[in-house]
Formats: sequence, structure tokens, C-alpha cells
Amino acid sequence: MHPARSLILFTTLSGLGFGLLAFLCLGLPPLTSWAAVFFFGLAFVMAGAGLIASTFHLGHPERALKAFTQWRSSWLSREAWLATAALAAAGLYAAALIFADTRVAPLGWLAAVLSLATVYATSMIYAQLKTVPRWHHWSTSALFLALALAGGALLSGQAWPAIVLILGAGVLQFYAWKTGDRRLADSGTTLATATGLGARGEVRAFEPPHTGPNYLTREMVFVVARKHALKLRSIALVLAFLVPSLLLLLPYTLSLAAAAHLAGVLMLRWLFFAEAEHVVGLYYGKR
Amino acid sequence: MTDLPTHTDRSLGLVIDLDTCVGCHACVVACKGWNTENYGAPLADADAYGAQPIGSFLNRIHSYEVQPAEGPAQLVHFPKSCLHCDDAPCVTVCPTGASYKRVEDGIVLVNETDCIGCGLCAWACPYGARELDPVEKVMKKCTLCVDRIYNETLPEEDREPACVRTCPAGARHFGDLSDPQSTVSQLVEARGGIDLMPEQGTKPVNKYLPPRDRDIDLLAPLLEPVAEEPRGLLAWVDTALGKL
Repeated sequence: MHPARSLILFTTLSGLGFGLLAFLCLGLPPLTSWAAVFFFGLAFVMAGAGLIASTFHLGHPERALKAFTQWRSSWLSREAWLATAALAAAGLYAAALIFADTRVAPLGWLAAVLSLATVYATSMIYAQLKTVPRWHHWSTSALFLALALAGGALLSGQAWPAIVLILGAGVLQFYAWKTGDRRLADSGTTLATATGLGARGEVRAFEPPHTGPNYLTREMVFVVARKHALKLRSIALVLAFLVPSLLLLLPYTLSLAAAAHLAGVLMLRWLFFAEAEHVVGLYYGKR
Repeated sequence: MTDLPTHTDRSLGLVIDLDTCVGCHACVVACKGWNTENYGAPLADADAYGAQPIGSFLNRIHSYEVQPAEGPAQLVHFPKSCLHCDDAPCVTVCPTGASYKRVEDGIVLVNETDCIGCGLCAWACPYGARELDPVEKVMKKCTLCVDRIYNETLPEEDREPACVRTCPAGARHFGDLSDPQSTVSQLVEARGGIDLMPEQGTKPVNKYLPPRDRDIDLLAPLLEPVAEEPRGLLAWVDTALGKL
């Protein structure tokens, strides 16, 4: 799949933002006055910036409000509702904390659950797609949630929970790559089933429908980066998981650890899109 | 709502004959022409005369080589457009309700004024049947020429999709696939019509008729060589060269 910058920014920033929001709303760490303004501000800016970035890849962003209508069937619509609800609940919780110096704990729990539900809805936009076998698996949602929780723990300064969650997310990421690499082959969808000609012999794409690229090949048949996949995966693993975990063992390194984690997650999300193979590529003799 | 209907009154669709398609792309041109001048946003081309032309099409013709275990390879031209699936994944993922499947005839359509151009429906389609228009930035797809098939201002013989009407080889057929008595259903029955990517669970309405088995050496026995041994001058050259 084409790794659109807007989608990489969106999934990374809003994932971390909602992860942070979940921790803050649970009272981890307990915050008051200016510290609360700073941390909640950071979480709202990240979550909000991600959501705004996501509208940049729309053909008609001015119609974005229509996306709230189809929550019964569409994960994208559910995500819009959950994100709005999470931001509203967290906003009320933060306002009470900052202006009235009151912690409304149940509202915080609700906001935390809604924040994580938003991340889950985001993950399901990808995991629901049978056409992209690499994504069509429980590990996609698990990984999105694990990265949001790990990033949230890290940004809220919960050193030991952060180390455990980051390492857990790293193991999950490794598992997702390990199993994802063979999921297209395991899906059973091949050029033979795509054309229905498999019973007659070996099917080979002889000639494409046109000499140039088209929307489908640009959007879904992205092959440029795959040759460096192993190197990119290694760098991303080090940046997103290894460096932050080691830095958290030392004092006064929180912001450095957060920066490394952010860079690593951006790379992971780039790979998430760039490595995903859409079955339509088979029709073009590619994957 | 983008929930799929549990039942459609009819299942209009295409039956495409891979045995007779000659790969002339006339259906592609007819489709582009009709759908540029009629219902919905025109099918645009960007940079049409430049170095990187790219355009939206609702119908594209691939060509595949099939190499059997024995015998020569066969070339199969393969037209592909929206299959108007009964379990259309493109419809349910749509966040705005722009994508829908009609209850009365099963046609899958896009309400272009509701489309936000997010592209998720194109991702959900395994067949590559949806393309985002490069100029209008809304999702385009085969409408089964919904503005032709019910259009009483057209002569009756033109009330079928433009691709079907134009095909010079008679490789495309249009009709109601939910009616077992329809010509298209009988064609599917007689020729063993198949679904594309059945494992994706989309339940496509459109069916493909596989190439017929044939003895491609049909005429060869009638063309036995008539001059096994050279005679006259050639016989002399043959013996002279053989002695060298």
C-alpha cells in the first residue's frame, strides 16, 4: 500500500496522543494546575494534529462531517464518533481538574476507555480488510493498542510500566512481522483464483491493461521500499523499543526516550503501509 | 445506511466470455466515452498529453498467458469491471453512506455528492473495480450504465451497458442473474461460469465463462505434407549437398 504521509502522521500522533490521554485520565501521574495544562495540552495537540492530518488525504475534506453517519457498518465512522467522545470526555475531566481542582474519577475512567476504543477503531479500519492479508489479523489491533499504551506510559513518565509495555509491544511487533510475511501466501488468493484460470495451467500476467500507472497501481502496489525492509525493520526496532527502554533506566532522559520512540513508531507505521500487499496487485503480476 | 440489503429484487450483472474476448479494448473506450458524457462526474484524465498521463477507467482489459502442463501456451484476454457483489465489502466500509447497493436491481453505486474521497472502498475491493477520479476526487466505479438500461429515450436495443452494446465479439452479456430462466443464467449454467476470488467471500454477481477446451490442431490433420522427398533439381541439390 502507498505510505501516505498524512496517514503515517495520523496513526502515529493520534495513537500516542490517545495513549497519553488514557494514562492522564486514570490519574497517572496525578496532576494539578500548570502541570495538568501542559500534559493534557500535549495529549490534545497530538491526538488533534493526527486527526487533522488524516483529513489531508481526503478528496473532499469539506464533507468530512458526513463520515459520522455510518457507525452501524463502518469502522471509519465509528472511529470518528469514538475520537470525538474521547476528546469531549477527556476535555471535561481536564477542565474540572484544572479550573475546579476536582478529580472526577469515573469521568476519567470513561475517557480512558474511550481513548483506547478510538485506537482500536483505527486499527480495525486496517484489520477489517480481507484484501490486505498482512493486516487482516488480530495482531494488527493488538499492536496498535500496545503501541498506544507503551507511548502513553512513556510520555506520562511512568518509567517501569513504560519499559514493560515497550518491550511487550516490541515482541508483538516482531511476531506481527514474522507471521505477516507469509499471510498473503496463506490467504489462498493467487493469480490463479483471481482469474479463475488456475485449473488450466500456470497463469502469468502477459500484458497490463495500459502502458502507464493508474490509481490502483499507485495506491495499492507499492514496492519501492521492500528491498530495504530488513534494514528498516532493524532500525525501527532499535529506535522504537530498544533505545527508549535503555534510556528509561537512566535518570533525566524521558524526553530523549520519547523522541526516539516517536521516530521509531513513525518508521514502523511507514513500514506498516509500505510492506502491506493488496491482492489487486496479483492482477498486475505484482505483489 | 451502508448496511447491505439482505435481499435484492433482481441481480443485474454481466457475464463475460473469456473464450471469445479478442482483447480489442472497444468496451474500455465505449465505457469511458459514455461515462464521461453522462451520469456523474466525467471520467477524467490528468496530464493526458504529458509525460505522466493517468486517468480513471471503470473497465480495464488485462491479458494473461496460461501454460498448461502439456501443449502450447494460451493467451486469455481478461476484461475486468465492478462485479456488483452481493456481499460487497466496498459498501460496508464507507463512512458517509455514499456507497450503496440498490435493493431493486442489486447495482452498487456511489452517491458522488456524499463521497469524501477517503479511498477506503477502493482498498476494500479485491478486484480493483474502484478508482478515485484524478480531477473530481470522488470515487468512480461501474454503474452498469444505470442511465442507459432504464432510459426510455434510447432505442430499445441501446438499453444495455455501453460495453455490452459495443463488444464486436459478443463476449459481454447483460441480464438478471437472479432469474434462472434468463439468458445470462442459462449461459452461466451451460458454460460453467465462475466467480473471481471466491475465497474473498464477496459473492460477485458478474460471472466469467472460462475458455472452451479445444483441439488447437483441428486443421493440422488436413494439412499433411504432400512432398516428403525432393524431386528434380532439388533432389540433385539434396544428393550433392549430402555427398559433400
